[in-house]
Parts: sequence; C-alpha cells; structure tokens
Amino acid sequence: MARAVTTNRKIINTAVAWGIGLLVFFPILWTILTSFKTEAQAIADPPIFLGFDWTLENYAVVMERSDYGKYLWNSIVIAGGSTILGIIIAVPAAWSMAFVPSKKTKDILLWMLSTKMLPAVGVLYPIYLLFIKMGILDSKIGLVIVLMLINLPIIVWMLYTYFKEIPGEILEAARMDGASLKEEVIYILTPMAIPGIASTLLLNVILAWNEAFWTLNLTAAKAAPLTAFIASYSSPEGLFYAKLSAASTMAIAPILILGWFSQKQLVSGLTFGAVK
Amino acid sequence: MKRTYGALLGACATVAFASAAYAETITIATVNNGDMIRMQGLTDDFTAKTGHEVEWVTLEENVLRQRVTTDISTKGGAFDIMTIGMYETPIWGANGWLVPLDDLSEEYDVDDILPAMAGGLSHDGTLYAAPFYGESSMIMYRTDLMEKAGLEMPEAPTWSFIREAAAAMTDRENDINGICLRGKAGWGEGGAFITAMSNSFGARWFDMDWNAQFDTQPWKDTLEFYVGMMNESGPAGYATNGFNENLSLFQQGKCGMWIDATVAASFVTNPNDSTVADSVGFALAPDTGLGKRSNWLWAWALAIPAGSQKEDAAKQFIEWATSKDYIELVAENEGWANVPPGARTSLYENPNYMEVPFAQMTLDSILSADPNNSTVEESPYVGVQFAAIPEFAGIATEVSQEFSAVYAGQQSIDEALEKAQAITNDAMEAAGYR
Repeated sequence: MARAVTTNRKIINTAVAWGIGLLVFFPILWTILTSFKTEAQAIADPPIFLGFDWTLENYAVVMERSDYGKYLWNSIVIAGGSTILGIIIAVPAAWSMAFVPSKKTKDILLWMLSTKMLPAVGVLYPIYLLFIKMGILDSKIGLVIVLMLINLPIIVWMLYTYFKEIPGEILEAARMDGASLKEEVIYILTPMAIPGIASTLLLNVILAWNEAFWTLNLTAAKAAPLTAFIASYSSPEGLFYAKLSAASTMAIAPILILGWFSQKQLVSGLTFGAVK
Repeated sequence: MKRTYGALLGACATVAFASAAYAETITIATVNNGDMIRMQGLTDDFTAKTGHEVEWVTLEENVLRQRVTTDISTKGGAFDIMTIGMYETPIWGANGWLVPLDDLSEEYDVDDILPAMAGGLSHDGTLYAAPFYGESSMIMYRTDLMEKAGLEMPEAPTWSFIREAAAAMTDRENDINGICLRGKAGWGEGGAFITAMSNSFGARWFDMDWNAQFDTQPWKDTLEFYVGMMNESGPAGYATNGFNENLSLFQQGKCGMWIDATVAASFVTNPNDSTVADSVGFALAPDTGLGKRSNWLWAWALAIPAGSQKEDAAKQFIEWATSKDYIELVAENEGWANVPPGARTSLYENPNYMEVPFAQMTLDSILSADPNNSTVEESPYVGVQFAAIPEFAGIATEVSQEFSAVYAGQQSIDEALEKAQAITNDAMEAAGYR
C-alpha cells in the first residue's frame, strides 16, 4: 500500500515537473516554431502549431542581411571575458569574506547586492560620458568591464555561499603544512569549490549573454553583440515576426546548447550546500 | 619605355593612395522598416560611386530613439548619420546638435522636397534633416464590405459617416469589426492617433500660454466619440492594439476600416501577406467640418550630428539616399510600389508611380497636413500628432496611458481628462513654460 502511494506521488510529481518545464519552455518553443513559418502564418488566427509549410526562408534572409558571425563572436568575447574577469576578482574577495571575515563583512555583502537595485538607466549618462572620455565606446573591452562590474555582486555572493560550506580546518591544515596564501587558494580551495565555481561561471555567462541594456546602449557597429542583432529585427511598424523569431533562435541557440550540455553541473552547483 | 611605365605606376599609386586616404567608413543608425532595409541592400551603389563604405546599426524604433538621443546629447560621436523623425529634428536643430543641410548640391534639387516635409524638418527656415520617406495617415477600407453595407466611401469623409459605416460593416458573428484604430498607450502609438483625431474635433494640447487644454469640450467630444464608436464597432481589447495588431487584423479580413499610416497601404495590398489585398480602397482621414482633418504627418529623415569627423562623406550619403536617382534605382530593382514615398514632389509627377493604387491618396494626405498650423484654434507648437518640445514625449506617454485606461474600461473619460490636465500642467510648470 505504502509502495502504491509512493508510486502515485512519483507519477504526480513527474507530471507536475513536466508541466512546469513545458510551461517555462513554451515561449522558446513557440519562437523556434515561428521561425520556420511564413510571415502570414506567423500571425495566423487561430495560431498554427505544427500544421504549416516549414520554410528556411527566414534564416536565409537573416543570414543575408546581417553578419551573424560578427555578432556571435562579440557575444562570446563579451560574455566569456566579463565572466572570467569577474571570477578572477571574486575568488579572492569571497575567500576573504568566507574565511577571514571582519565585523563589516556582512554589511559589505549587503552593500554590494544593493548596487543591483539601482535602475541601470539612472547611471546611463555618467557611464556613457566616462566611456567617451576613455575612448572605449563601442568596444568589447568596455563592455567586458561594465558587465563584469554589473555581475560581480552575484559572483561574489555565489562564491561566498559555496566557500562557507568548505570546512576552514582543511585550509588551516594546508597552512600548517606550509602552503602560502596563493597556494591555499589555487591548490586547496579552488579544486574543492569547482562545482560552485563552475555553476557561478555558467550562470554569469548566461546573464552576460542576455544583458540587453548596456550592450545596446554602449555599442554601435563594431562591438554589438547578439542582443543588438535581435533588436535589429524588431519593428513597431511592420509584421516581421517570423524573421524576428529566426534571429532570436539564432541568438539563443549557442547559450541553449551550452546550458543543455552543462545542466548537470549547473544543477549540482546551484544545489550545492542546499541540503545539510 | 621603362621611364613611362615607372611614371604610370607612380601615378596609379598616387591615385590609389589618394582614394584610400579619402575613402571613409561611415556609421549609420537606422530603424527596421521595409524602406530602410531596402536602402541597406542597395548600399553597394553608393560605395561604387564614392568609395565610402557604410556600417549599419539597425534598431527597433524606440531603442533607436533612446540610443541616438544619448549619443547626440553627450557628443558621443558613435554615429555619422542618424535616422530621426519630425519630432526630434526641430528640437535638435534648435539645440545646435545637427549639421545644417544648407549647402546641398544643385543636382540634389532641395526645392523638390515636399514643402510639408521640409517645413517639419527645419528650424528657423534651415533644413536639418533630409527626408528619406514621408507618411501621413489615411483610411484603408474594404471595398467589398462597404458595398455589402450599401454605402459608398466619399474621398473626404466625415467622422459621422465613418461611425455610421463602421456600424453597418460590423458583423460580430463572422468576426468582422467595422473599424480598427490604435488604442495602445505610448505617445507614438495610441497617443499619436488620438492627438491627430482631436485636431479635427477642434482640440489642442496647449493654448498660447502653454496651459493644458484637456478641460475643454473638444477633448471630451473626441474621447466620447472614439470610445463610443470603438465600443460599437471596434475589436475586443482595442485598448492594447497598435499598428502591428491592427495590421494583422486587417490583413486577416477582420476590419472593415482602418485609419493608420499611409505606409501600411503597401502591406495590405500585398497578396503574399494580405488575404484582402484585392479589395482595399483608400480615402482621406475624416474630419468634422471644422477645417482640420485627423491625419498626421511624419518623416524618417537622415541627419548629421554636429561634430561628426566624417561630415563630407555623410553629406554625400544623404545626397545619394534621398535623391531622385535613388528613387529610380529602387524602381529598377524592386518596382515602383516599393520606392520610398512622401519625400519629393517629382515622384508624384512621375506617371509610372501614379499608377500605384495608393500613390495619389498618400500625396493628398501628406498635403492636407500642416505641422505649422495643425489645430483649429491657434497653438504655440509645431507638429500635428505631437508638439515639438522636448517634454512632450514623456508627458504624452503618461497621458496616453490614462486614455488607454478609459478604453479598457478602468476609468471614466472625465477622470482621465482631469488626470491628463494635471499631469500636463505639472510637467509644463516644472519645465518652466508656465
């Protein structure tokens, strides 16, 4: 009897999980399906789910009109660069907060997080002027710096949480064995926190990849990433939904594939220390 | 002989060097619409003629507006040419942010630009942006449904006729709405429509002392007429319909009439996208007999930000893209129906173009809108569906939100007008107009 209840619960849990999963994934699925429709089919009422004439025409138009490779490369450099730079800065910061906290550590952590609460547009003009002065407007290096700074509080917070789970005694033992601070962080702490660092890395790549305020406002022709590529297909005067969907599918495909292959690491990292 | 070859090689090298030194790469910010995309496809012609390369930054209209405003107000220099509209041009021209286009070549024939367009893109008589294409608004209607209703559309109908026709064409059982109009919040969406409509009812945004006028009868008449007609004959949820939503409804045969941008005519008559392509007629936007019609005037134009390092190359591009030759080039490649309309007088003297079904009505609509005299009573601002002052976009967005709340049945007309009056007067006082 008890077994039957467990099985029933499992079935219900699985069904609910699939239901929520499909609900969350549906907009992406709809975008992908729309990208294979004609513009007329894309706006058909009632909407056509699968029974349409599949076409690759939208992809051909998008590829002909835009230099997808350039946008993709810019996205890779900006998202990858800002994440790596962020990790390099955040690992020592999180180490000090987790293992040698001061009285103000918690305040600093909260203050760091509070910077995320400021609407980005509030500092658009100062940052824009700074970029002009520094000559880094429409440059990849400029965006790497800005996105790193924007995501740094999240990186530090995540790493801090993971590091707190590592027993300080292990690091103490390493110190007793004569490890320097650098060796302690690189050879002892980092390998133990690999799942946490990996999931932080992945999450921040996703955040940086999807960031659409700074990447649109601080770029023009040279450093524009895939967010600008999508924006170039959106129009309030004209029904170009199929082409917009094709551009969106091409923009999210790389990150979707990355997420698919690294989902195990992502889940294990995000649930790291969740159950004691 | 050797010496001759040497001299020749030297001359070639000098010419090549000179060309390379002269050739520039200009960056152009533009919007995503059919005409602009077509221009991007034809850029090779410009490069072949001048040697200059072009880099495009294409953005959605609202994103573009924010992006170029940030850049020009901070003198960022990210763009050599900006695509801007009739709203920005006089304001930016007055601020000294744009290069005056007062030295365009004779072959360009600046006098050929339609006077309404040139007027809206100038400040103190100086042209600051060259129109790439212009548009007004007009009625697009289903000829078959009009005939079925036993009515005939006049060339210049009144609002009373439109309301009567809309009721007669409405067939709820077959999902046909007599009329589709913009109701979506936003100064460029529903805000633009209701402002242009209010002109024909005798309303205005401001009196000559910049006092808001939402407490006057014409505004109440406008909203009462709009809401009454839309509730009788409009589609469900019209409070959230903008250009694209109405285009979709019309193309699927669900609207008897649609009053919107003249540029939509090419979409609704395109058999590839529209199910009603062969039964669309056109008429001037309606009036109430007070002397002003309810059509707007808009142009997407090319301007050079002051301080651009590549001003000469940018001017060459503007001359190329807004020239008579460019129109011929598009006609050769894509047909006359696809040339950018509404910018040049000579286009409407071209018999090939006048064969396009909506050409004459587009011209008549443009000519019937006057940005310098858009209201029945005198007003202190330039613009038909907007007032060309920097504060307008923010104020009109808030006001249009209040109006959309009325369309959605969330508040009464009186409440919305009272709030609109307060919002506008507060903002104008804060900005120092009152």
